[in-house]
Amino acid sequence: MIENNIGIKDPVLSIANLSIAYDEKKFAVKDVNAFIERNAITAIMGPSGCGKSTLLRAINRMHELYPNIITKGEILLNGQSIYEMQTIQLRRKVGMVFQRPNPFPTLSIYDNVIAGYKLNGIRLNKQQRDDIVEKSLLDVTLWDEVKDSLFKKGTFLSGGQQQRLCIARTLAFNPEVILLDEPTSALDPIATAKVEELLVDLKKKYTIVLVTHNMSQAARISDYSMFMYLGELLEHGKTEAMFTNPKNPKTEEYLTGKFG
Amino acid sequence: MKSEKITKYVLFAVSLIILLIFAGMVFSLAGGAMPVFKEYGLKFIFSADWNPTTGRESYGALPFIAGTLITSILALLICFPLSFSTSLFIAEYYHKTRVASVLGTMVDLLAGIPSIVYGLWGFYALRPVIIALGLSDQGFGIFTSSIILAIMIIPYATSLSNEIITMVPNELKEAAYSLGATRFEVIFNVIIPNARSGIVASYILALGRALGETMAVTMLIGNANIIPDGLFSTGNTMASLIANQFGEADGLKLSALIAIGLLLFLITAVVNAIGKYIIKKLS
Amino acid sequence: MNVGSGITYLDIAQRRKVRNNIFRVIVIVLSVITISPIILIISKLIIEGIGQINLDFFTQLAPDTFQAMSAKMSGEKIPGGIVNGITGTLFLVLLASLMAIPVGIMAGIYLYENGNKRYAGFIRNLTDILQGVPSIVLGIIGYIWIVKNVTNGFSALAGSVALAIMMLPLIVRSTEETMKMVPESIKEAGAALGVPYHRIILKVMIPSSFSGLMTGILLAVSRIIGETAPLLLTTLGSPVINFEIDKPTSAVPLLIWNFYNDPNMIDLIWSSSLFLMGFVLILNLISKRIIAHREKN
Repeated sequence: MIENNIGIKDPVLSIANLSIAYDEKKFAVKDVNAFIERNAITAIMGPSGCGKSTLLRAINRMHELYPNIITKGEILLNGQSIYEMQTIQLRRKVGMVFQRPNPFPTLSIYDNVIAGYKLNGIRLNKQQRDDIVEKSLLDVTLWDEVKDSLFKKGTFLSGGQQQRLCIARTLAFNPEVILLDEPTSALDPIATAKVEELLVDLKKKYTIVLVTHNMSQAARISDYSMFMYLGELLEHGKTEAMFTNPKNPKTEEYLTGKFG
Repeated sequence: MKSEKITKYVLFAVSLIILLIFAGMVFSLAGGAMPVFKEYGLKFIFSADWNPTTGRESYGALPFIAGTLITSILALLICFPLSFSTSLFIAEYYHKTRVASVLGTMVDLLAGIPSIVYGLWGFYALRPVIIALGLSDQGFGIFTSSIILAIMIIPYATSLSNEIITMVPNELKEAAYSLGATRFEVIFNVIIPNARSGIVASYILALGRALGETMAVTMLIGNANIIPDGLFSTGNTMASLIANQFGEADGLKLSALIAIGLLLFLITAVVNAIGKYIIKKLS
Repeated sequence: MNVGSGITYLDIAQRRKVRNNIFRVIVIVLSVITISPIILIISKLIIEGIGQINLDFFTQLAPDTFQAMSAKMSGEKIPGGIVNGITGTLFLVLLASLMAIPVGIMAGIYLYENGNKRYAGFIRNLTDILQGVPSIVLGIIGYIWIVKNVTNGFSALAGSVALAIMMLPLIVRSTEETMKMVPESIKEAGAALGVPYHRIILKVMIPSSFSGLMTGILLAVSRIIGETAPLLLTTLGSPVINFEIDKPTSAVPLLIWNFYNDPNMIDLIWSSSLFLMGFVLILNLISKRIIAHREKN
């Protein structure tokens, strides 16, 4: 049973009794229940190895890339089970951005933005392509920086620019949910600030779920926070409430830096 | 998901091709060798008599096994001081310098020379020298073949040795230098003991190369179907016998040649497997 | 300071120094000896061979022994070229590549994807052993499989099967090694965009490791291009240009072997060898370039 006592009005995702194990004994995620609010930023926090990345990956079934993974429970996207969807369809609706910027090294900036279409063999005409590239790059505030070098390789950009390019690549599919796995951990503070600003801007159109190691980042930009520990979701609530008045003693220890 | 399964099955099926090729090779060689083993049994391996004359036919592989092993091992002995010095030059004395990279490139070029070109060079350039030195009348034989083989396997021996020598941790060398050791002492007390099994492996693999070399040896060994009785004796190797006699062979002789091919396959496979096994244990 | 009977530490230090220096000189001298054959061989090929290389060399068929003999007797240059060998070599390499490259790359990807599994390890070991099989043995295989059972006679197909088996292990292992260098994150990026597995391989993995794959292929080709022994047992040779897979075919190394065995045509061996060697060296240089270029990026 998923509790909804934290005032979530319009959940995009509902996660019910989700458990994930790498082998029979070792659970990475244990019986997690949660709603994710639409057009909001939800931050997942917790010490290393707490299962936050696995939980995030489960939302677009990226965790299935690991061999012998066992998944129990259910995740619904707009009321529909993601395990009954084709991964291709699911991943178009739920995009993902990774810890390290990973533009495709063989593709130009332009082609990197529409990589999802190109690699899936979806044909677009020139006008459609141009529109998608411009709109996606404008959305991530990269357009002005790269509009004159669209056909250079994406790997020539700085780390922060590369990460915004990767976000643009996700936006190009016009997803409903964007999952970000510690997207700023490889970036310098200035690039981090830019990405954070961008995420706050993007939540108007998209639902954002963010795994972060950085508590102050969660505090700065997220609307809801989840705290995970040893695979369990110990606390989930409005970020403000959680940071000012954590209910679980473990959460408090973590937020005050007693471990992590 | 479905396409993923199909792709995985296709890749798996392709990997089976390698298994099939290997099994097919063993099967075909064994099948082709069957008649001669039926006729002579294991005596085929230990008999020194090779006589294809009809009516007095007799086949034994010993002269060629001996020829192959003697030329290859001699080649290895000639190769070792040369290639090991080169490895020390490239990987230790002048490591990461321009002169070392030039030397390395030139050694690599040796690997690019076709076997038949080595044979020509041996025939027209090396053989006259052997004759002029009075080592042998015709200049053909075990010694000439082994020199050419030694040159041919240098690049195979060095490329792995170089890598192994550079992998010896710097801290160990520096520790020895800080105790006042000379470079000579570092090489013999630190580098060689630490790199020993890798170096051994690279020379075993080079030996594997030498065992199977065909054309150059065919052109230089003299093609006499006898067990060599000295350094400058003529002889024949398994590979050169096959190259020389396969064309006109049929019946029992063809089977004998295929049987020699099978033996050569087994010997090289064992030698290579030992080399690879040592390397695998290292990493 | 006395160590023993009149020998001082200073003497020992002096001896160690001398020994050290002598050894260094030995290493340098032996290294120079090691590379001298390559210089001698290349210069021999150039000096003896360059004179025969002209337009005819690349456009005319190889002469037969009577043409060569009559030219020799009248003191002229031996006519003809090696065009049937060149086309034959290209044809054989093409056929062998068509067989070995797709199989090799796919098998390499299989090994990469299934890294630690026992079956993959087994296939990897077989590949290693296959790489060490002497080329003459592969000639026997080409003979048994194709000459005896498929084309009922010496044929380009038989030769190219033998050459393909030679290429295969090189391509398998170089594919696996280059695939390992493609960062995992790039594959994840593809998967996160919902790209199916086979398209990730085709559109992400192969383009990202293209230069590595090319290097492996070029090195494999340069290894087979000079092979003579297996061809003696399979393609036999041909005095004319042949592009039919079930017919005997010439090749440059086979022509060299023929020239070498025919006293009338002995003059032709150097130019043909020079050409063959040049071809191999160019392939090697190109692949070296690719490697150097990749290491810079």
